[in-house]
Amino acid sequence: MSMGLLRLLRGKKATAPVARERLQILLAHERGMRGQPDLLGVLREEILAVVSKHVTLDPTKVIVRLERGDEVSTLEVDIEVPNDIERKRVAVA
Amino acid sequence: MAKVLVVTSGKGGVGKTTTTAALGAALAQRGDKVVVVDFDVGLRNLDLVMGAERRVVFDLINVVQGVAKLPQALIKDKRLENLWLLPASQTRDKDALTEEGVGKVIDELRARFDWVICDSPAGIERGASMAMRFADEAVIVTNPEVSSVRDSDRIIGMLDSKTVRAEKGERVEKHILITRYDPSRAARGEMLTIDDILEILATPLLGIIPESQDVLKASNVGTPVTLSNADGAPARAYMDAAKRLCGENVTMHVPAERRGLMDRLLRRRAA
Repeated sequence: MSMGLLRLLRGKKATAPVARERLQILLAHERGMRGQPDLLGVLREEILAVVSKHVTLDPTKVIVRLERGDEVSTLEVDIEVPNDIERKRVAVA
Repeated sequence: MAKVLVVTSGKGGVGKTTTTAALGAALAQRGDKVVVVDFDVGLRNLDLVMGAERRVVFDLINVVQGVAKLPQALIKDKRLENLWLLPASQTRDKDALTEEGVGKVIDELRARFDWVICDSPAGIERGASMAMRFADEAVIVTNPEVSSVRDSDRIIGMLDSKTVRAEKGERVEKHILITRYDPSRAARGEMLTIDDILEILATPLLGIIPESQDVLKASNVGTPVTLSNADGAPARAYMDAAKRLCGENVTMHVPAERRGLMDRLLRRRAA
């Protein structure tokens, strides 16, 4: 209580409670992620494997991105497919 | 029974090396046989803080690789009979630390000493994981500041999953050591409080080391702070921490603010 009054008299805002709150939110999230395999890495590998069955791909042209929003998060998968794709499809068929 | 203790933090510059030197000296002053081991390969500094930088001949990696025998690489402290240093290499690559090699050295050290204190490098890479790999106990050095607390949390996660003990289903006993604690800033609400840190990290407290000129002065002259100014606040806090590591029950001393007259009057009125 005395600390609060001191602060009031000095007219300063305590920043420590902000620090505590930010840390609590962040760490709750980070602890949840811990121990799980790198989700984006796994997704990227599996998507690459599935698409590669049908189309020849440059592995570096497969980009998987996760955008975290307040309400929903979006998963963006960007795969660059070479233009000679038709030929391989015919060959597979 | 020898104990392997890792001093770690994730974040750099929080006081791992100072703490390793101070706790090592404090435990040796109590009569235990102690070795402090520098795992910061390529950026060794424990030798400098211990004042032994000109006596390094062989290092941890030489021993790991079998180039030198352990007794050739150990440096005996000039002040304390029971204190020894195993320095890191200045030139080698951290990949030279193989798990098998480090395990052998740690086993040899266990046979010779009561305490094997491993000074971890910053980060979460190979050097840091090797420093904690064989630990029985851990001191997590934390500053009352958001980035340090976050990194400590990450390190706690590693101690609970990536150590030999964790993999065997046992636990590494963890302790938080808060360093660079500034009571006046805490009183002004500018710094995370001790309770905040302990609540967030959910790990017991080993000690609180106040921010002090003593620490810088001690490293300037290459003397562990418990020896350079034994009556100072940091030295006493480290001595108490060493007692707690030995299982003694010591009352926790929270560094208090040195207040001016005005503050004192205001405080009294407010109370």
